Amino acid sequence: MSEKHKDDVTGVETTGHEWDGIRELNNPLPKWWLYTFYVTIVWCFAYWVVMPAWPYLTTEGWTYTKGAIGYEQRAVVANEIAAVHETRAEAMQRIAELPLPEVAADAALMELALGAGKAAFGDNCAPCHGSGAQGFKGFPNLNDDNWIWGGKLDDIHYTITHGIRWEAAPDTRNNIMMAYGRDGLLTRAEISDVAEYVLSLTNRAENAEAASRGEEVFASQCVACHGEGGVGNRELGAPSLNTAVWLYGGERADIIETVSNGRSGTMPAWGGRLNEATIKSLTLFVHSLGGGEDEAAPAMR
Amino acid sequence: MTDTALSLERLAAEAAAAADADPHGAEGERYTAVNSEKNRPLYASRVKVYPKLVHGNFRRLKWLVMAVTLAIYYVTPWLRWDRGPGLPDQAVLLDFPARRFYFFFLEIWPQEFYYVTGLLILASLGLFLVTSVAGRVWCGYACPQTVWTDLFVHVERFFEGDRAARIRLDKSPMSGAKLARKTGKHIVWLLIALATGGAWVFYFADAPTLAVQLLSLEAPAIAWLFIGLFTLTTYTLGAIAREQVCIYMCPWPRIQGAMFDEESLLVSYRDDRGEKRGPHKKGTSWEGRGDCIDCGQCVAACPMGIDIRDGMQLECIQCALCIDACNDIMDKVERPRGLITYDTFRNQERRKAGETPRLSILRPRTILYSVLILIVAAIMLFGLSTRSTLDVNVIADRNPLFVVLSDGAIRNGYQVKILNKEHEAHTYRVSLSGLDGAMLTRPALAGEEEALVHVPADSLVNARFFVSLPPARIAAEGGEAGFAFVVTELGSGREVMKYATFRGPAK
Ligand code: SF4
Ligand code: SF4
Repeated sequence: MSEKHKDDVTGVETTGHEWDGIRELNNPLPKWWLYTFYVTIVWCFAYWVVMPAWPYLTTEGWTYTKGAIGYEQRAVVANEIAAVHETRAEAMQRIAELPLPEVAADAALMELALGAGKAAFGDNCAPCHGSGAQGFKGFPNLNDDNWIWGGKLDDIHYTITHGIRWEAAPDTRNNIMMAYGRDGLLTRAEISDVAEYVLSLTNRAENAEAASRGEEVFASQCVACHGEGGVGNRELGAPSLNTAVWLYGGERADIIETVSNGRSGTMPAWGGRLNEATIKSLTLFVHSLGGGEDEAAPAMR
Repeated sequence: MTDTALSLERLAAEAAAAADADPHGAEGERYTAVNSEKNRPLYASRVKVYPKLVHGNFRRLKWLVMAVTLAIYYVTPWLRWDRGPGLPDQAVLLDFPARRFYFFFLEIWPQEFYYVTGLLILASLGLFLVTSVAGRVWCGYACPQTVWTDLFVHVERFFEGDRAARIRLDKSPMSGAKLARKTGKHIVWLLIALATGGAWVFYFADAPTLAVQLLSLEAPAIAWLFIGLFTLTTYTLGAIAREQVCIYMCPWPRIQGAMFDEESLLVSYRDDRGEKRGPHKKGTSWEGRGDCIDCGQCVAACPMGIDIRDGMQLECIQCALCIDACNDIMDKVERPRGLITYDTFRNQERRKAGETPRLSILRPRTILYSVLILIVAAIMLFGLSTRSTLDVNVIADRNPLFVVLSDGAIRNGYQVKILNKEHEAHTYRVSLSGLDGAMLTRPALAGEEEALVHVPADSLVNARFFVSLPPARIAAEGGEAGFAFVVTELGSGREVMKYATFRGPAK
């Protein structure tokens, strides 16, 4: 313990420590400050009793003192979420009941639906379609104007509700791209020719002869679904082959692989999992991304 | 009682009474500075200060400043300013729910808070300038703590009398009369505090409406909460804590030490003239002694409980009341006024060196502060005069950056945010500039013309637009291309351009 020392100039006692000749005056704390400090100490004991505070270990694992008033942040959040649902319940009910175009025409309902749809998309659809609905190989981009099963509100609604090739859903959308090579339906040469023909639909063929041979194969095997000139058929879920949008890639190797091994991507049916208002919100959200089609007009971009 | 009626004999009697009552004054000194260094033990309780009423020019000035500042505080929320239909007509209004700050002709949006920052910078520079010229003028005259404390002390004086009477009353045992005086004082204090808190909330809501709500007890809970809060703080800080706020809580006394210099005018005791001090008998000579008769009136008047004759002190708020007190005494003893006066440190030294005192207000420090004030004010004025009432922001979609369409065209999405700060609705036409062959589309809104955006008065509308480039143009542009959105106000033809980037697959 260092001995007591008084500062010469002020006459105030110092703390007794010295750092390179510098001493600190031991000036009094203002009383209001001191008492406020004491009050905060008392406050903290009261707080420990009233509020959840201390963690402790039991045989079941960690838990904590729950506090006298039983305050719990999780419960608060749950209540707030319930309250939000409560306030939205009526509007969500209307979204569930009204036909889609009528929801879209009602600015207030539409705003709610787009918000709800965006949230539901992030929770349920983004893992496959991407957070920006930009898609990946095998998972369609929902922003563009190219639709396999149709881009009108009702089409999108049907797809979301019943899914694609989803066995559990009886009304699911279904169509099969056969494995022409693996199952021996076409020879390697024929597959190569038909790929050349498909490339020619977007003016990328390199061998006109092979393309015209391929056209014959196409006419016998593919045209039933993909249509004359590869325009696609939405009724059957046959993609167009004459556009810049390719679900599994549009290069020669991609096309050969698709024809050889077939494709049968699936999408879950959300009908039993999400409620009608959410599915409709999702429909409106996806439709609003830029590729949604009007009832009358075709693609808008 | 007028000051001329105050005889010196009377003063002496009063001083004796005070010495009787004052525990620190008993040992020979008739008046002791409460906050002098000797009386400052560790964790000492506060010793109450009993400021004595003075009369004089500075006291009159302080009355005037008090009247003006209180009037500004209480009247401002009731001033009206017509802004047109649907908008508040209150001249000064902080509208938190609508996120607007109205100040007469100005209307500030949250993102323009830099104007308020500018005002605060101006205010602090002004404070620096005034402080470097004449010390803590703000503290002594205009600070709310000083004004309200002054008011509360006058209330105390009204109920309990002046200094000596108050000291006597506090020493006397509790009695009916004492209780009545004390209760009356606290009730008036609380009423003033309540009025203070009550006026505060009018700055945040339409004053006449809120006043009716308050009177009919229908005001929102938050209004009562803030009235309660400000009543409490006004009462504790202004009526109870008083000088303690200035000495212990306020940071300004610590900062101002850096603003003074030896040429700053500060309330000072001229020890060259006052010393050697001592009691003076009427009719005796002033030869060989100073002008200070050690009557202690300067100490008695000081609301901070200090003795100005000890020199410049942190506690001194420069209220100049000791000047008035001493001038009064100098008149009575027929010596020149100004024993305590606004003086500079250099002048004290000049006098001691036999030079003539002079004032130098234009110093590097004051010039620097003035120039800074002019610069900030000029920037503010420029900002305000060129303040746009139409703001446009363009945010490009990032996810996905671009979309390939069936025909090979590339499409980018943009949020065009149009901020109409005017008090009437406008329609804007959005067009493109600098991107040949680009097509501008908008997710169809039933019945609306695609490129027109309607923005209600005083609002922000977020419109989504798509820009697509045909396949032939993509190759020409490479990975990305710069262009501009042009937003034209229909009617006035006012135009705002906002640059944006179009992105496609890198080739
Ligand atoms: S300075 Fe003036 S007021 Fe103060 S004790 Fe001396 S004469 Fe009295
Ligand atoms: S010393 Fe004088 S100027 Fe300073 S606070 Fe006291 S009365 Fe006011």
